[in-house]
Amino acid sequence: MDPTLFFEQVVNGLSLGSLYALIAVGYTVVYGIIQLINFAHGEIFMMGAFGALTVYLVLGSPTDLSIPMALCVLLPAMILGGMVLAAGTALIMERFAYRPLRGAPRLAPLISAIGVSVFLQEFMRLFYGRIPGFPDSKRGIAFPRIEGITGNNIDIGSVSIKMSSIFTIAALLICTAALWYYINRTKTGRAMVATSQDPDIARLMGIDVDAVIMRAFVVGAALAAIAGVAHGMYIGNIDFKMGFMAGLKAFTAAVLGGIGNINGALVGGLVLGMVEAFAAQLGPTAWKDVWAFVILILVLVFRPQGLVGAKVVNRA
Amino acid sequence: MLEIRGLEVAYGRVKAVKGIDLSVGKGQIVTLLGINGAGKSTTLRCISGLIPPVAGTIEFEGESIAGLPAHKIVRLGIAQSPEGRRLFKDMSVEDNLMLGAFSRKDTAEIRRDLDRVYGMFDVLAKRRAEPAGLFSGGEQQMLAIGRAMMSNPKLLMLDEPSMGLSPIMTQLIMKTIKDLQSEGVTILLVEQNAQAALSLADRGYVLEVGQIALSDTGKALLGDDRVRKAYLGAE
Repeated sequence: MDPTLFFEQVVNGLSLGSLYALIAVGYTVVYGIIQLINFAHGEIFMMGAFGALTVYLVLGSPTDLSIPMALCVLLPAMILGGMVLAAGTALIMERFAYRPLRGAPRLAPLISAIGVSVFLQEFMRLFYGRIPGFPDSKRGIAFPRIEGITGNNIDIGSVSIKMSSIFTIAALLICTAALWYYINRTKTGRAMVATSQDPDIARLMGIDVDAVIMRAFVVGAALAAIAGVAHGMYIGNIDFKMGFMAGLKAFTAAVLGGIGNINGALVGGLVLGMVEAFAAQLGPTAWKDVWAFVILILVLVFRPQGLVGAKVVNRA
Repeated sequence: MLEIRGLEVAYGRVKAVKGIDLSVGKGQIVTLLGINGAGKSTTLRCISGLIPPVAGTIEFEGESIAGLPAHKIVRLGIAQSPEGRRLFKDMSVEDNLMLGAFSRKDTAEIRRDLDRVYGMFDVLAKRRAEPAGLFSGGEQQMLAIGRAMMSNPKLLMLDEPSMGLSPIMTQLIMKTIKDLQSEGVTILLVEQNAQAALSLADRGYVLEVGQIALSDTGKALLGDDRVRKAYLGAE
């Protein structure tokens, strides 16, 4: 393979992988604590993108901003808006669709999650465009142009890298560091680890497990929202069903790394991104969505604990 | 300090505790004896708030705590060292102990209590950064007791602290319990080792299939024929 092409695919793979990893963390954190595969998490990613768009529209769709204004004011405000909408949706979903089923057989919340997923897609399809001044949400909506990122490239030698790829990779690095700090250095982070290891004992330590579960949903939603914004800038448009395929692939990434294990989600995401980037380059383009699921099946059959190792759930 | 009346606890339709009365006075060591499945652990889990009672009352320092969530009960001053120790095995000794103090905000006092636990158990102090899973059974039991003590409880409930331990280690744990009592901690001790438990206890209850079969002072129960036959292996 031509070296230029090779490096471009490495960057593509890292960028796509970072996107999957950011979403996969949400699957794995929630699974680690309540053993639920939250199939509506892809829609939380979609809500993040729409939340960011909403902030942009509410601000009056500012155009021709200077690069510092776009990067230091508009983009952070949009990310924050995405996080608020994603986390708010996740909390409502947890409270009304999952918490009432906490003691039920595992299949019940799983079905509930699929229901929430369809509900959120249809809700956005039918109602988002009805808000006065908002674009028709039944088809794709152009994602706001962010000066300095959208359409910009950095050239290193003959290799050309999209700024939106760099944004995604940087977002993953920053989020990983923040997540590491939260899990290892804060009291509520330690409580989250303790709850995932033994919820009953966590209760005996004085940990409010309901609060921990809510925080897990919020953490997952916040990272998914950043991914939603990154995706919007990379692809250039968003739609109500964008969470479906991205969600399934991020779920695959979480399983590939070892579901319940945060490091696993990061590794799984990056590996999956790389595989997809090179498979798209070397194989037929129409097959680009096939490889993730081939990997999913292979992992489930031959290494169900994943690359890094799943959380061993041991309960009395 | 702890007054239980007519307590019933069930798992689904199966009643594990069928109407027990139990009281623990301030500063006492009270022991709850019985074979596996008698309902001892269930009683402790219910007092701690891990399972709600089906019927009956639980009062702690005059206030009803039945049905409160577990994290609130810890804040009232009841700690439990659970059966099988249930440490956070991948976490260090110090992380385990600090999780024991999760409900508290008084940083200086937490520090002091941490030093107190390290003072009680030298081996924990020396290996405080090592994961809890690497320690021996007896050492893990020390850590489980220390972790429960980190919430600075008024009432400490210990579920079979001697389980799986050597006689020497059992003796050490029992001595620790006695020491805690002399520091003013009230103790509810669940045990299968009746000899060890009754020698310490001010009062003992014998639980059989979810009901109190006998209750008396520790000394009297040690001399009771039925207890000697059923729990102390006397002929």
